[in-house]
Amino acid sequence: MPIKIALAGNPNSGKTTLFNALTGSNQYVGNWPGVTIEKKEGKLRSDTYRDVTIVDLPGIYSLSPYTLEEVVARDYLTGENPDAIINIVDGSNMERNLYLTTQLAELGIPMVIAVNMMDVVEKNGDKINLDKLSEKLGCPVVGISALKRSGIADAAEKAVELAQNKVPMVPRHRFSENIEQALAGIEELLHGKVDEKQMRWTAIKVFERDIKVMERMAFDDALKSRIEDIVSQCENELDDDSESIITNERYLYIASIIKDCYKRKSNVKMTTSDKIDRVLTNRWLALPIFALVMFCVYFISVTTVGTWVTDWTNDVLFGEIIPPAVEGFLSSIGTADWLQSLILDGIVGGVGAVLGFVPQMLVLFLFLAILEDCGYMARVAFIMDRIFRKFGLSGKSFIPILIGSGCGVPGIMASRTIENERDRRMTITVTTFIPCGAKLPIIALISGALFGGAWWVAPSAYFAGIIAIICSGIILKKTKLFSGDPAPFVMELPPYHRPLAGNVLRSMWERAWSFIRKAGTVILLCTIVIWFASNFGIVDGQFTMVEDLDDGFLAKLGSIIAPIFAPLGWGFWEAAVASLTGLVAKESVVGTLGVLYGFAEVAEDGQEIWGLLAASFTALSAYSFLLFNLLCAPCFAAIGAIRREMNSGKWTIFAVGYQTLFAYVVALSVYQLGSLFAGNGFSAGTVVAILAVAFFLYLLLKPSNERKLKAATVSANI
Amino acid sequence: MEVLKEVACGRTVTVKKVNGQGAVRRRIMDMGITKGTEIYVRKVAPLGDPIEVTVRGYELSLRKADAEMIEVE
Repeated sequence: MPIKIALAGNPNSGKTTLFNALTGSNQYVGNWPGVTIEKKEGKLRSDTYRDVTIVDLPGIYSLSPYTLEEVVARDYLTGENPDAIINIVDGSNMERNLYLTTQLAELGIPMVIAVNMMDVVEKNGDKINLDKLSEKLGCPVVGISALKRSGIADAAEKAVELAQNKVPMVPRHRFSENIEQALAGIEELLHGKVDEKQMRWTAIKVFERDIKVMERMAFDDALKSRIEDIVSQCENELDDDSESIITNERYLYIASIIKDCYKRKSNVKMTTSDKIDRVLTNRWLALPIFALVMFCVYFISVTTVGTWVTDWTNDVLFGEIIPPAVEGFLSSIGTADWLQSLILDGIVGGVGAVLGFVPQMLVLFLFLAILEDCGYMARVAFIMDRIFRKFGLSGKSFIPILIGSGCGVPGIMASRTIENERDRRMTITVTTFIPCGAKLPIIALISGALFGGAWWVAPSAYFAGIIAIICSGIILKKTKLFSGDPAPFVMELPPYHRPLAGNVLRSMWERAWSFIRKAGTVILLCTIVIWFASNFGIVDGQFTMVEDLDDGFLAKLGSIIAPIFAPLGWGFWEAAVASLTGLVAKESVVGTLGVLYGFAEVAEDGQEIWGLLAASFTALSAYSFLLFNLLCAPCFAAIGAIRREMNSGKWTIFAVGYQTLFAYVVALSVYQLGSLFAGNGFSAGTVVAILAVAFFLYLLLKPSNERKLKAATVSANI
Repeated sequence: MEVLKEVACGRTVTVKKVNGQGAVRRRIMDMGITKGTEIYVRKVAPLGDPIEVTVRGYELSLRKADAEMIEVE
């Protein structure tokens, strides 16, 4: 009989370590349906039990209806009926950890409690009476150390036994008399409407006026008002609201358990973690240390090691080794030219473009995993929160954006360290505004060709990127998509500890692999489409492979869409096509312009075509071209990463569409208003630009819904 | 009436009431800040916000705007 066991517990309770120890390498990583939260499943490593699946629930503190992780966890527990729960509890932080336990116990699902970090508890000289704890809570309790792998098999065995015998969990905890009376009243009303096993859980949730449960139960008005009578009577008796009543009682109950089962060695001395924290989040040292850490991460993963390996992969592996070998093989078996070109330029080139990012990503993810595992990442949010929350981002958004200045792909993937889904989506949407390494050749080209290599062009590009991020944050924060209750920043700062090699390497590889798998397919497909469009066309009424890029479908498409860019000052097809090929890789923009202006190959900054470009562009239209290409949709690799991290096609289209629209409006406004100031007179375009700028300012400055809401509640309170 | 936001670093206070509503309030209570809990204010972030407190034996950070909703004595 297949058995499903859910693993539940607080963040930082050692849940990941336990999950890895229970399942070994036998894991499947995916997403919970419709959300960006990771879902992990694995087969239990065991000689006795064959078909036992462990489902790793998101790390949560409670089963409230307010955060996505909690809703995902409780929907799974109440909807999918796992056969048992292993509740991992951090023994060195029992009080808060048991809070979740009291809620899990009410679900009626067989449960084992694994008290983790027993080694730490013993080392501190504290004592936990596990037998007494088991008796008080009404379920088996096992002491474990996930780190030292002790007690783990015992915990798993107990859970499987409970699941096989179907021993339902009966919570021992009783609330105070008034509450129990109210709950009994509610249970009576719910009789026949709810599965008996979930009766107590549902009654408590109804008592708390839990929005999600109330919605699902869809009571009629008469029943609703009877329930409301019971709840408000109890609230009057206890002079508090029902949510607080329940929460308070739970913590009082836990305090009584702790008093009986936990013997603390009385001396309160500073732990090593406290000492480290005093330096790392020190008022004066915190920011310099943060800057130093970020510099090291960036320097090693982007500037040096990461880039060396990536360059080697791109230039040597996918430049000098694989293509000649494949070419030789294809020629030797006499493959047709077009097929050879498809395989070499389309597929090998496309796969190479994807895999080239992987080494850099591995280096970066290694650092992120270390920072996360040792506890510093939580402090990054603590230090940077003040700045970033103004723009609707999280303190942790700093890292994706910083990494994004090297390459947008790992930058977007780095957003996974942000817990809040809204902050994460916002960060993913704005990360590629910052110019990445591949956009530097475009900057060099424009700066060299039109501005005589002026010093201010490159800094202005970064400045534009930063402004775009800030403005987008402010604007998007007010839209419906990103509005709602502000994400509570009530965050645990876990004790520092040495990162675990196993966890770090696993996390690094999982992230890189999810990119290779998901993004790989998208990018491969897109590169083939672009390859086809640029190499095939209709010449003299015949569908054929073209000699010149000028005749290809892509060039035709470029001529068709070129008028769209006319208001931006560069409505000729060469520029339009170059922007299109930027989707494959941003540095291709320079190469394509080179080919279109008649050079087989140009230097990275396109020196050969500076003169020709100067003739086609004006300084203003060139700058508008630059801005558009910096801010618009990123390359396919980055779009693939966006798709992977958003876990939703709709959100991907939104992000890419928003970026392109934003880029268009900015380039339009700069070009049109620039022309006006240059004395080129007033035109329809100028009017559009002025309207665009006015609308933009309106969006930027209008009060947010949140503030309106707050103002309304404040006045209501007065 | 004093709120947590105004408590100086290094002081220990007791929670009287958690004001506010919805997700943030529930989260504050879920994390163990309930009536009668002792809170030790550890430090303020380098940029002046958020603050770090010790509650029920662990470290918690919260924004001043949220700390304003917690009445203490």
